[in-house]
Amino acid sequence: MVKQPRVAIRNHTAEANLFARRSFIALLGVVIMLLVLFSKAYNLQISSFENYQTRSNSNRIKLLPVAPNRGLIYDRNGVLLAENKPVYSIELIPEQIKDLEKTVTEVSKLLGISAEKQEKLFKSLRSKRRFKPIELLSRLSDQQVALFSVNQHKFPGVFIEARLKRYYPFADLTTHSLGYVARINRRDAIKLEEQGKEENYKATRNIGKLGLEKFYQDELHGKVGHQEVEINNQGRIIRTLNFTPPVPGKDLTLSLDIELQMIAKRALSGKRGAIVAIDPRDGGVLAMYSNPSYNGNLFVHGISTKNYGKLLSSKDRPLINRTVQGYPPASTIKPLLALTGLEDGVITPETEIYDPGFYQLKGVKNKRRDWKKWGHGKVNLSKSLEQSCNVYYYDLSYKLGITKIARMMEKFGFGEYTGIDIYEENKAIMPSVEWKRARYNQPWYTGETLSVGIGQSFWTATPLQLAQAISILVNKGRIKVPHLVKAKTTYDSQDGTTSEQTSRIENIAIDEKPPIVLKDDKNWDYVLDGLHNTVQNKGATGYRAFIGHKYDAAGKTGSAQTANLAQDEKYDASTTEESQLDNAMFVAFAPYENPEIVVAVAIENVAEGGGATNAAPVARQILDQYFGDREIVSKKPHPLHENTYGVDDD
Amino acid sequence: MRSHKHDQQAQRSFWQMLHIDMPLLIGLMCLIILGGFIVYSASGGDSATVIRHIKRLSIAFVAMFIIAQIPPLVWRKWAVPMYIVGIGLLVAVLAFGHVGKGAQRWLNLGFVSFQPSEIMKLIVPITIAWFISQYDLPTKFKHIIIAFLMVIVPTLLIAKQPDLGTSLLIASSGVFVIFLAGASWKLIGGCAVLGSAFAPVLWMFLMKDYQKQRVLTFLNPEQDPLGSGYHIIQSKIAIGSGGLNGKGWMQGTQSQLEFLPERHTDFIFAVFSEEFGLVGVTLLLVVYLAIVMRGLWIAVNAQHAFTKLLAGSITLTFFVYVFVNIGMVSGLLPVVGVPLPLVSYGGTSMVTLMAGFGILMAIGTHRRFIM
Repeated sequence: MVKQPRVAIRNHTAEANLFARRSFIALLGVVIMLLVLFSKAYNLQISSFENYQTRSNSNRIKLLPVAPNRGLIYDRNGVLLAENKPVYSIELIPEQIKDLEKTVTEVSKLLGISAEKQEKLFKSLRSKRRFKPIELLSRLSDQQVALFSVNQHKFPGVFIEARLKRYYPFADLTTHSLGYVARINRRDAIKLEEQGKEENYKATRNIGKLGLEKFYQDELHGKVGHQEVEINNQGRIIRTLNFTPPVPGKDLTLSLDIELQMIAKRALSGKRGAIVAIDPRDGGVLAMYSNPSYNGNLFVHGISTKNYGKLLSSKDRPLINRTVQGYPPASTIKPLLALTGLEDGVITPETEIYDPGFYQLKGVKNKRRDWKKWGHGKVNLSKSLEQSCNVYYYDLSYKLGITKIARMMEKFGFGEYTGIDIYEENKAIMPSVEWKRARYNQPWYTGETLSVGIGQSFWTATPLQLAQAISILVNKGRIKVPHLVKAKTTYDSQDGTTSEQTSRIENIAIDEKPPIVLKDDKNWDYVLDGLHNTVQNKGATGYRAFIGHKYDAAGKTGSAQTANLAQDEKYDASTTEESQLDNAMFVAFAPYENPEIVVAVAIENVAEGGGATNAAPVARQILDQYFGDREIVSKKPHPLHENTYGVDDD
Repeated sequence: MRSHKHDQQAQRSFWQMLHIDMPLLIGLMCLIILGGFIVYSASGGDSATVIRHIKRLSIAFVAMFIIAQIPPLVWRKWAVPMYIVGIGLLVAVLAFGHVGKGAQRWLNLGFVSFQPSEIMKLIVPITIAWFISQYDLPTKFKHIIIAFLMVIVPTLLIAKQPDLGTSLLIASSGVFVIFLAGASWKLIGGCAVLGSAFAPVLWMFLMKDYQKQRVLTFLNPEQDPLGSGYHIIQSKIAIGSGGLNGKGWMQGTQSQLEFLPERHTDFIFAVFSEEFGLVGVTLLLVVYLAIVMRGLWIAVNAQHAFTKLLAGSITLTFFVYVFVNIGMVSGLLPVVGVPLPLVSYGGTSMVTLMAGFGILMAIGTHRRFIM
């Protein structure tokens, strides 16, 4: 009742007006605040729209790289030498599994995973993110794949993952030429980054480490594809938005003939050595085999330390590619020295010297023995090759001098890379005055020139260089760079919806270097004729190994000393350590007219005999395989004389 | 003409009989329908969530309808006892309340647990309006001081729980009454100065570490993009990437792919902006403005100082929800747990809000009965 009069005297109109004014001010405030909110929204949604749209997209869109399929490698007849085989592994995504421990234990029991491995797995499970697949077991056997497939419904979140892995069906037969791929390591990764290729290798696990796989890495690899996926905040893929298919790598077709490789392996079995066969018409390498070899597949899966240690410590050094390692060429280079002599004019085909069984420089006590104790008697160019007469070449090299020899031999590619398409090639050594000065800081001695004359001293040549030099010889100076790859098959980007691909085959152009031009072209024929005689003439050094062949072969033997013998010391294989035993060499080509194949053989530390008994038969097996039943008759008139020197070795 | 006018009058009186203010109801329905759709989208198409949301809405609507039937001046009568009980409950919460989400807000009465701070959202403006309407307007200085004290006590008690959002809403509901009652501008200016002087004290003595962190994060969210800044960065990305027209309903990648936290509750505005763009945002703001205008219209037309002040305070406090929520989600204000009224997935606050609108409707429709 107290309040009642107070209300009565209040000025309601004034109060109402005051309140209305204040309400209006409040409404103004509300409108201003709403404008502030609007301008903030405008700022975010219109002014900064692109920025936030980009950030929204980068939140949800991930570009997953898709590895291209590596190009396949075929031999000249289309036999697959390097393929991509699916390898199965069992993987699991922890996020999708209710009872992880139980699942792992049961899968392990099913597939026989050891407790030790399970322990490791649990350890890694703890540290990894829950939605990323984790490998339980890799390289499953067919049986394990089948076993798991049948039971898969029991294990949600566990699945079989198939990946393509490189596989070399011929294993050790092709390792030294093809090389192998293996896991990209830190060094590879740094190199890829330096070359700006890391984007292209985002999804790639393996990289060519050796041989053709390394040389043609870029082309075999192809171009990475991309899968554009939408992910949620857990990183789980919700859907694929876009797919840019990868471009598969180029397939390579080699000039190599896998059957020749097989023969090469068989012929060298139990020996250390190498065989190189080249088609002199285009420089294509027909065979390239180094024995012993090793299985490149071991490296693809990551070789165990134990196995690698074995390969490294093996006395036979299988890791070394002997086709591109230097050996003393020995007598195999005599035809090239003869050519140098003819070209220089110090000899003619008719020039005869007398070989008493030794060679002695004027004013020097030291006698250099011929391999034939009592000498070859009178020797001309052809006979010098047929009989591999050392005294003839001591004399010739003495007359020529080291510089003339070195210059000519460099033209034939000695001491230089041939340019074959693998990186492991060795230059070997073509000694010269300059070389010795640079290498040893010593003057050149005439005695060393004489050794060079029979392909010894410092001179080393790789079997590949020897094959190439003979190739140049049979091509009469034309130099065709040897190569393993004959053709490449390019695939266009493959449409994600179809498996059809369009492809183009491009042949590799023959790479030629400037030819060797002689003053007199007939000199080529004199030397080639001598090589022909070496195989065709009865009693010549190469005759025996080629009795009964039908493809008109020519060749030259060689036996290189690896031990330094004192003067007058007689070499006796039975008392010499194995690593000091002679190397056997042989170079051959066939047919004599229009040659199709050049072969170089090197065999280390043969027990008895030299090139003629050890290396020549190996070369013959290659040639026999190459020509098969083909019969080639020489148009050249039969030799006028039949040599009956009664020798069987150089 | 006459009969037509008479019909209109009759129709209006039908709604008035039900004590429903139609324009206000339409505005609220707009928000509620919109909210239903967005909750559905934000929950990733989970109809169970939407059904729960609708259930709570129904309870809130019933509460509004019942309260609308109560003559508004009844609240004035009960203001003092309600205030005293409310303060008592707040003290009880601090003493016996149980802890949820790191704050002590709930009081368990055995059969039901509730947040006394929610009831205080209505009790404080009722009490202040009662107090001030006893005297002539404009209010005298000493009365203003008393009113302030009456606001500060519950505000501090709630801030202590700690519940910054609610204490902010309660403080403003009281302050709005004082402002609408015609507090002099000098006083308002003085308070503003005093308030800013109080800020460092607040920072050093009253704010908890997590609250300080929120302020720091607000000032520079990019400093810790995966930690405390994550919410606000993802929210801004959601809003910004909506652009002018939005990504479309159920098409917001930030929300559908779960980059956005608290999608269907406090951050639902980000979902809405992402999916409906600036066009949708503008429409939403217009709806809120319409509701505020209708609320102020009711206040201005109320016939008693108490109802005027109460209606004005309820309306403006409703807008504080809107401003604080959108401001925080768009990075304009620090993160404070305030829902977007009638759009966010319903919680206790929705019932309080609708009860407030019930009072507003009562004020709008009971005006004939002067006590």
